[in-house]
Amino acid sequence: MSAVVVKNYGLSAEFGSAADVLDAAKKVRDAGYSRWDVFSPFPVHGLEKVMGLGNSKVGLFSLTFGAGAFLGTLGMIWFMNAYDYPILIGGKPMFSMPMSVVPAYILLVLASALGAFIGMIALNQLPRHHHPLFAKKRFELVSRDKFFLVIGATDPKFSESETRKLLTDIGGDHIEIVEDK
Amino acid sequence: MAQSSSQMESLAPPAELRRMEAVPNQSLGWLTDKLTAFNEGKTPMWWWILFMPAAFCATVVLPAMLVYKISTGVGAWGNNKPVMWGWDIINFVWWVGVAHAGTLISAMLFLTRQHWRTVIGRAAEAMTVFSVMMAGLYPAVHIGREWMAWFMFPVPTYEGMWPNFRSPLMWDVFAVNTYLIVSSTFWYMGLIPDLALMRDRSTTRVKKFAYGLFALGWTGSARQWHNYEKAYLILSGLATLLVFTVSSIVGMDFATAQIAGWHETIFPFYFVAGAVCCGFGMVLVLLIPLRKWCHLEDIITMAHIDKICKMTLMMSCIMMYIYVVEFFIAWYSGNPYDAWVFGHRMFGHQYWYGGWIMLVVNGSIPQLLWIKKVRQNVLLIFVIAVALNIGMWFERFTIIVGSLYQDFLPANWGVYFPTWVDAGVYLGTLGTFFMLYLLFVRFLPMIPVSEVKGVSPEADVHRAPKAVKGGKA
Repeated sequence: MSAVVVKNYGLSAEFGSAADVLDAAKKVRDAGYSRWDVFSPFPVHGLEKVMGLGNSKVGLFSLTFGAGAFLGTLGMIWFMNAYDYPILIGGKPMFSMPMSVVPAYILLVLASALGAFIGMIALNQLPRHHHPLFAKKRFELVSRDKFFLVIGATDPKFSESETRKLLTDIGGDHIEIVEDK
Repeated sequence: MAQSSSQMESLAPPAELRRMEAVPNQSLGWLTDKLTAFNEGKTPMWWWILFMPAAFCATVVLPAMLVYKISTGVGAWGNNKPVMWGWDIINFVWWVGVAHAGTLISAMLFLTRQHWRTVIGRAAEAMTVFSVMMAGLYPAVHIGREWMAWFMFPVPTYEGMWPNFRSPLMWDVFAVNTYLIVSSTFWYMGLIPDLALMRDRSTTRVKKFAYGLFALGWTGSARQWHNYEKAYLILSGLATLLVFTVSSIVGMDFATAQIAGWHETIFPFYFVAGAVCCGFGMVLVLLIPLRKWCHLEDIITMAHIDKICKMTLMMSCIMMYIYVVEFFIAWYSGNPYDAWVFGHRMFGHQYWYGGWIMLVVNGSIPQLLWIKKVRQNVLLIFVIAVALNIGMWFERFTIIVGSLYQDFLPANWGVYFPTWVDAGVYLGTLGTFFMLYLLFVRFLPMIPVSEVKGVSPEADVHRAPKAVKGGKA
């Protein structure tokens, strides 16, 4: 009959509008917390600056995939039409830019698009069908009209009483412990 | 406080200078309930009345026609010598064209920060995805030996040969497949936050599982949104490129041939403009009934319809310009074959009606949209939009059959008539398109809920604090 040890994931507080949560986020940052996140029904602009997220790395994925596909397609066309099985058609060169730029460009678009999507999925660590926050009934409102600010239990400054006090002071409602289970 | 708010109001630009209200000034909760109401309500009768025939065409007519055509051969269609491309390619170009307006609305107008596009973006993008699917079907079955369709792809074959990349037809294979994959990805990525919304709102376990599965566990955290927005921006940039490339390449399929009436440098641009023109017609055909039947008049307002009408009008003017240029060049080039083909488009023994439909329906009838009264009459807009779709179909008919049936030597002249199999396949693809669209409208939020919330006045973090907005108290 050993008791199941449930660790804490963090402490969540609810806000009613984008402006409120942005304001609260600034105060949490100023209080010196580092492991916290804001959950919202739509992107709240300005949060990325407050949280110091910098430039998203999705662009790098896209660029790498796109550049790879462009050069790869040029190489593929050269290999197929000029090296492995050259066929002379209408006296045209075996390999030239006009014939290969269009397919290479099309595949650049394809690969960059997939790169952006895969980058988004990978950087967001999706798919992840289980999340400690999903256990909270009120968290279902996050996709509707509520904004949640969650301070992680792994934050060096985290202490249940102090953090709870901060969240109350900055105007959070329904401050709850989120269990990591 | 009250004083500062009145000061702020006096600083606000006058109403006529403010940009159009893209989204009604309502609470986030109201928007959520409104935009998911159709998905969560009971299936209305009109949905079944439209769905049953469409599903019949999709699941009975189309498979039957394809089985008959594949087992019999291309001869089941009206294609003959010299008209080697018939309804199959006409419908291919038509469906690709329908797709383009969707991407233009969802991607290009996103890049240019046209907030009004938010509410119609998803519906337009769904139109793109489904019509590219229908377009892709035609080249796959018109090759004659369908079981060798994989020859079109650069895969190693037993005889060691590779595709010939000098041909635009080869580029087309890549372009159409890329278009399908990129627009599906773009559409699906836009859906992820709304699938999460549907997951959070669903009342049954089955729904929760189904929506939750595709929502990928989206939580809407700031970090997720940060990457998501970047990916969305990149995808819309790339999709915008495809608006210009895919139909250009389809145009090049024609322009590289020596046929009079096809061998023109204007073709890539011509096909892009025609595609977008036709697609706007389809957007109007889909949205005008849906906004009424799904009770979305407050969301897709007459102001949105008005903007789409103006875009349609602009595209129609471009089409008219291209038609005039084509006829002018046919005369001015002094090429007797060109003059022959273009003369016969209007005054030939066969198919003369195609040219007239092209000029009157695509070029002239949409000019009515200059009149504000017309742009406010949904019934009239609907009629114009349907006519535009038919007219654009006849434009492709005129270009393809009208140029092929009488080429350089009278010995090669012939006539073309479609068969019932041609008509059956087209009916089947129309049914499949509408079936998929009705399923989309029923089960997925037709309006991008999270995007709409993002541009709603509520979402503005700079707006005056609540106390001021609530009243002078």
